[in-house]
Parts: sequence; C-alpha cells; structure tokens
Amino acid sequence: MSNTPRWLYLVLLAVGVFAPLLLPQIASQLAFLWIMVVFALAWDIMGGRMGYNSFGNILFFGIGCYALAVFQRDLNWGGYWVALPLGLLFGGLLASLAAVFFGVGMLGLREKYFAVGTLGLGVAAGEIAASWGYIGAGGGLSTVLMPVAGNANVYWAYIAFAVAVLTFFALKRLYAGRIGLALGAIRDDEDKAEAMGLPTTRVKTLAWAVSAFPLGVAGGIVGNMQGFIDPRDIAFAGSTYGTWMILMAILGGRGTLWGPVLGAFVFQITKELFWVYLAEWQRIALGVLIVLIVVFFPRGILGWVRERWPQRFGQRVVEAA
Amino acid sequence: MDNLNLLFQAPVLSLGLVLDGVLIGAIFALAAFGLALVWGVMGIINVSQGEFVMLGGYVTYVLAKYGLHPLATIPIAAIVLWIVGWVLYRTIVYRIVGRDMFISLLATFGISQVLSQGMNLAFGASPVTVDAGMGTLFLFDGNLTISGIRLVAFALSIVIAVTLWLFLRRSRLGQSIRATAQNPRAARILGIDVDKVYAHTFALNAAICGAAGALVAMAVIVGPTLGLIYTLRAFLIGILGGLGSVLGSLVAGIGLGAAENLFGFLAGSELQQAFTFLLLVAILVVRNWRLQRHRKYLR
Amino acid sequence: MNAPESPLLEVVGVSKSFGGVHANENVSIRVNPGEIVGLIGPNGSGKTTLFNSIVGYHPVDGGKIQFAGKEITTLRVPEIARLGLLRTFQQTRVYKQMDCVQNLQISTPAAQMTTGSLFVRVPRPVTEKAEALLDFVGMSSKRYLLAGDLSFGQQKLLEFAMALMSEPKLLLLDEPTAGINPTLINGLIDRLRRANAEFGVTLLVIEHNMRVIMNLAQRLYCLAQGKILAEGAPETVRQDPRVIEAYLGGH
Repeated sequence: MSNTPRWLYLVLLAVGVFAPLLLPQIASQLAFLWIMVVFALAWDIMGGRMGYNSFGNILFFGIGCYALAVFQRDLNWGGYWVALPLGLLFGGLLASLAAVFFGVGMLGLREKYFAVGTLGLGVAAGEIAASWGYIGAGGGLSTVLMPVAGNANVYWAYIAFAVAVLTFFALKRLYAGRIGLALGAIRDDEDKAEAMGLPTTRVKTLAWAVSAFPLGVAGGIVGNMQGFIDPRDIAFAGSTYGTWMILMAILGGRGTLWGPVLGAFVFQITKELFWVYLAEWQRIALGVLIVLIVVFFPRGILGWVRERWPQRFGQRVVEAA
Repeated sequence: MDNLNLLFQAPVLSLGLVLDGVLIGAIFALAAFGLALVWGVMGIINVSQGEFVMLGGYVTYVLAKYGLHPLATIPIAAIVLWIVGWVLYRTIVYRIVGRDMFISLLATFGISQVLSQGMNLAFGASPVTVDAGMGTLFLFDGNLTISGIRLVAFALSIVIAVTLWLFLRRSRLGQSIRATAQNPRAARILGIDVDKVYAHTFALNAAICGAAGALVAMAVIVGPTLGLIYTLRAFLIGILGGLGSVLGSLVAGIGLGAAENLFGFLAGSELQQAFTFLLLVAILVVRNWRLQRHRKYLR
Repeated sequence: MNAPESPLLEVVGVSKSFGGVHANENVSIRVNPGEIVGLIGPNGSGKTTLFNSIVGYHPVDGGKIQFAGKEITTLRVPEIARLGLLRTFQQTRVYKQMDCVQNLQISTPAAQMTTGSLFVRVPRPVTEKAEALLDFVGMSSKRYLLAGDLSFGQQKLLEFAMALMSEPKLLLLDEPTAGINPTLINGLIDRLRRANAEFGVTLLVIEHNMRVIMNLAQRLYCLAQGKILAEGAPETVRQDPRVIEAYLGGH
C-alpha cells in the first residue's frame, strides 16, 4: 500500500495516546500490543523482505533484556530516567552488534540451514544465560522498578508505543531506499543478485543488524516491565515470543509494510481471547493457528489482498506511452 | 580446569564418560536417520522430530505406569507413533510436500509447538523417566559403571538401525521409498503410488522416533520441552554423518553423544545443551564455508 | 580485429571435468574489446560449462582466465561481476516478485552500490535510465508488472535489460534467442548489435540458432566434446568439414 490513508495514522495515534489513559487497567496489554508490533516488524525485515526465515531472532530480544537490566544495576548513569533510555539504546546496539557478529557465519547459510541454525542459536543463548552467574543464571534477574506512583504500565504503554512508531517509520523510510530493492532481490534470487554484483553479504548483515536493534530495545522494555528476567521464559523465550513474531508477520502478510502491524493487532487480540476462553489450551491453540495459517494462508491478510487487487499495489500495464 | 586434569589422571573415568555418551548416541542416531529419511524422500525438514521422540517416551511412561514392562512398550510406542505420523500426514503434511521450504519448516514447527504444549498440559512440565530395572554394571573395582539399560538401549538401537537398513534395501515398500527419493516423477511413471510412499515414509519416521523415545524414557529422561534438542541433534547428525547413511548416522550419533558427555563433564552439565546447539551452529557455518565455491585449483 | 595487444577476455588452456567426464579440455578463446564473438557447438559440448568457469561458478582443473588484464581464474562470482563481467542464464533469472522498473533499479553498476547509497532513494537518473532501457527492449508498457508474471521471452528481454543496466564491459549471453517467439528474433539481433555499438558492450554469445549467430557474430568458436574444434570468421567455421561432422555425426 503505497499511499496509506491519513485516517489510519490518526486512528492509531489516537489509540496510542488515549487508550492507556482511558483504560489503565489494560495498560500492560496495550504495552505488549506495541511490543508485538515491533516484534513482527523486525522479524519481517529478514523473513518477509529478504526471505531469510530466522527462528532465532529472540536472541536479540534476550540480549536487550539483560543489557538494560545490567546497565541499570551496574552503571545506572544519571539515575533512572537517564539510565533508561541510555540502557535501551545500549541494548539495541548490543543486539545489532551480535547480529553483525553472528551474521558473519550464519548469513552464509541458506533456507533450512539458516532456519535451523538460528533456532539453535536462540536456544543456546537461553541455556548460556541460564548458567551465567553474572546475570543471575537460572534463577533469573530482578530489574529495577520504575520510580513512579501509581500504574507504571501506563508509562510503559507510552514508551512501547513510541518505540513501535519509530520502528515503523524507520523501516518505511528504509524500504523506500535502495536497500528495500536489494532485500527483494536477495529474496527472489540470491544467486542472481550475486551474479549481478550486488553486495549481498553487506546487505544481509545490515538487514540483520537493523532487525536486531528494535528487538533489543523491546527486550529492555519487557524485562523492566516484568520486573524480573527469566532466562528461558522471558529473555530467550523461543516458544512464546520467538514463535509469535513469526506468526504475526505471516498472519498480516509477509513483505508488506502494514502486514506485520495488522498481524500483531489480530494476533494480540486473538491471543488474549484464547487466554480468556481456552486458558491453558491457549498455547496449543496458537500452535494449531500457526499450522493453519502456514498451510492454508501463507501469504497472510495483506498478501491475499495484494493478490486479489494487484492494481492497488501499483502493478499495472501502462498504455502505449 | 580441575576436571580436565581429572580426566587425564583417571583414564577409566574418561572411558566411562565416553562410553556413556556412546551408548546414548546410538539412540540419537535413530532419530537422525528418520529425519534424513523424510528429508531425502519428501524434501521436508521435520522440525517436530524431537517432539515425536518425546511422545514415544511418554507412551512408554504411561504404559509402564500401568505395569507393563518398559522394554515391552517399545513396539507399542512405535505403533502409536506410526499412527500419529500417518494421521499427521493425511491431515497436514501432504499439503506441504513440494511447497516452499518456508512452508514446511513453519508448519512442522507449528506441529512441534502443538505437541510440546500438549504434552506439557497432559504430563506436566517436569521431565520424567522410566525405571527399566536393569541395574548397573561395575567394572574395574567399581571405577567404571555402565548403566544396564543404556547398554540394552544401545544394542536395541543398533538392531533397529540394521532392521531399517535391511527393510529399505530388501522390502518392496523400502524399494519404492528409495525410488521415490531418487526421482518422484520417474517413480510415478513406474506405477508407484507416490502419495502412499510419502505417507508410509512419514509414518515410518514417526515410528522410528517412537521407538527411540521409548529408549530415551528408560535410558535418560523425557519432558515436554526436551524435544527441540533432539530435533537439532538429529539435524546435526544427519549433516555430519551423511544424509541417509545408516552407518554414517550411527558413527556421528555416537560421536556426538561422547562429545556432549565429555563437554558436560568439563564445563558443567548446565552448559551441555548449549554445547550441542552451538556445535550445530558451528558445524553448519564451517560446512558452508567449505562448500562455498572457493575458486582454487583443485589439485 | 586480428589479435590486438590486449584482449578483453583471454581463456588459456582451461580444463574442467565432472567426475571423469571432460566437459572442457584445454580450451582457449580470446575476446577483444568491442567484438561480438559467438560460441557454438552441439548439445553437451561444454559451452555452458565454459561460461560457468569464466564467471566463477566453479573452480577449473587447469588453465588460466584473464579479464581486462586481470587474472580471474580463482576469483568468485561476485568479485568477477564487480569487475564488469556479467552473464545471463539459459533459464531466465529475474527478481520475480518485483516489477520491471525495480528489477532494473537494483541492477546498477556495482561501484554505485556503496553502503551509503543503500539507505537513500533510487536517484532520478537511475530510474530514467531504467525506463529508457525498458523502452529499448520494447517492454515499456510492462514496466509496472511483476517480473514473475511476464512470459519467458519477456523475462529474457528483461534480463538482458538488467545486464545492460549494470554497464558491463563484457556480457556473456547463454542462448539469448531460445524460447523467444521467432518473429521477435530479428528485433533481438538488432538490439544485441545496438547494445554492442551504442553502449560499447562486448558480447560473447552461446547460440544454437545458426541463422542468428551467422548474422550476429564477427568471429566464431566451435566447441565439440569439450575441445575447440574450429575458430574464425563465421563462414569459414560453418564450412569447416570438422564442424559439419560434429553437428551431423555427434549430434
């Protein structure tokens, strides 16, 4: 959708600004909604735009979780309100750095090898975190609580909203640039791109680093919001967050700008409904949902729309010029 | 590094560690061989492989609770998993054969989530084990202990592997499976019902996992979230041992088992899983570098 | 035309075998700047293998390949592409989920693809050039269609345009007319000639269609069973009894 209607932005802005005030009792769910948007957007850079299905992006989230917590614990420059943005930034950068580091080897892998390799990386990170005393090992790590009176989740909802908005516009800008085309070229035919002299390694590394950054920031937010970081169930929670980011991006429509956002909204609502009505069956139902979507609806909502109405997306025959 | 010195000072201890890993490694090889079978024949990486293994283990766990001798549950676990595999093929997997790798990866990943969460719900999050009542062998004045059930599991794994190998060589179905793996179109022209071969292959793989899982339940532990590592081990062994090679899988599986145990002893058992995952990553990367067309003169 | 000082591409004694089958044996060819050179030979004579050896898909068993005075024998595909040596494929390779203009926009010369340039929009002149090239290959009206929705012949034209977009010094074309509607072939020959004359792209062309290659090439090499059988002016090669023998006998 090249030209997004203005009302959509306004509606989302209204939700972001007023919902936490009007409905403080669901502020935590709202914060998670925006975090989900960040998850899906970040995953889609690799999985949707570039065709590299990472099963281990949770790695970057976990790094961000611990980075902020350790930053607050050991440095805490300028008190809570200065250390928070600094620490979030630090987490994002550390995650990007990790992406560059692991990218050297991993990004040479294709398809299933990349998928399985990243899966291994994500779980290994959880296992290592669970045995590293400096960050609390298996016992987890408590984080600093936000020094505010009343409902801290309202603040978190705003912070998460801001991060989601920044991520969205940064990616929109990015995709409009040449790298957007380069990602598409790699997705469609990487060998061809290589044969045409495209600097594929550089593009892939950049893409992974860009995708890692918001995940690192999101990790910091979630870790702080929860007040406690468990290595396997929060920081490197591959079977929940790690799976959801993939699911949301597919659900909304891989490789489209609004797809991940839409997917995150639909998913977050579905997930909460599943929780209400299915209780502990929720996760099973979510697994079933993955299978169903992938098998029957692999293009996702917006992908389907694009297939139905390609003209809306600018595909058209130009009459004799 | 204390443990490292200990290893050199007590060769019998190292022998014990290696041996223990070797015995377990043969079970890994079974799951790996099944993964390679499905991969080679259907072109699908079954990410839910480890969950199949766990499911097989839980079959043994439940039956043993009802008083059946654990060893007698092995064929039952295989049959139950055969049915599970068959049903999964007829409902889901047939829809993803021949489609994008992305679709089959994610669909089987979804299946793995359903299975692992389902087992979590049914049996609880904490791992369980089944006592086969085999006792322990003490050698070298008790310096070397070998768990009896692990020895039996090792022997059974070899027996199953050899049976499989013979089955694929000799039986009609085995030959159809191999023909389909080489060229599905040609197989179809020759009158082989490819869809049926796929169903049998997927079910056979599940059955292998079921048997392996029964052994795992007795020789190690099973738990709802322990499946993933078996999937990744299977993948690793398949790559190391050569896809579809029974002997290669066995050697690689045994090697992995021994390496894991040694590493676990040296670095602490809590890092043993991380070791396996990182080894997988490292081997994928190294292999890829080697496969990359380094344009050099070959000689 | 005869052996100037520095050939653009020089292949000296290249051999390549696959598991005992000698796909190329001691093959030597040279392509001078500005030429159009044809490479013919019966099926399975090793033409595509030679292309793959030149552009870096696999290591060669022996011999030497030089491009623009630089030894490229051991370089790999991306490095060679960045030197300005490109190839098209027998089976087309285009970016199927992108439209034609985008396919060209991302095919700019490697030197323009700096890290900084990745983050900015495609510059106006690049887009204009892309549209001009699409016009050149006669695909202007299709420019906003997804490449994957084009017919095989159109994808071939698009791929050709992509190659021109990245301003190669030498372009290796693997059967440019195969699968193209016969009525369009003359137009394609004309475009290949114009690409050579107007854009200064040297061409090395594998072609099965004798009529096309006789019309197009200034010099020919004939490969048979992995060896160079004959070389020279098109007429000479065509009338060489060994070439006739290879085509009729070997088939």
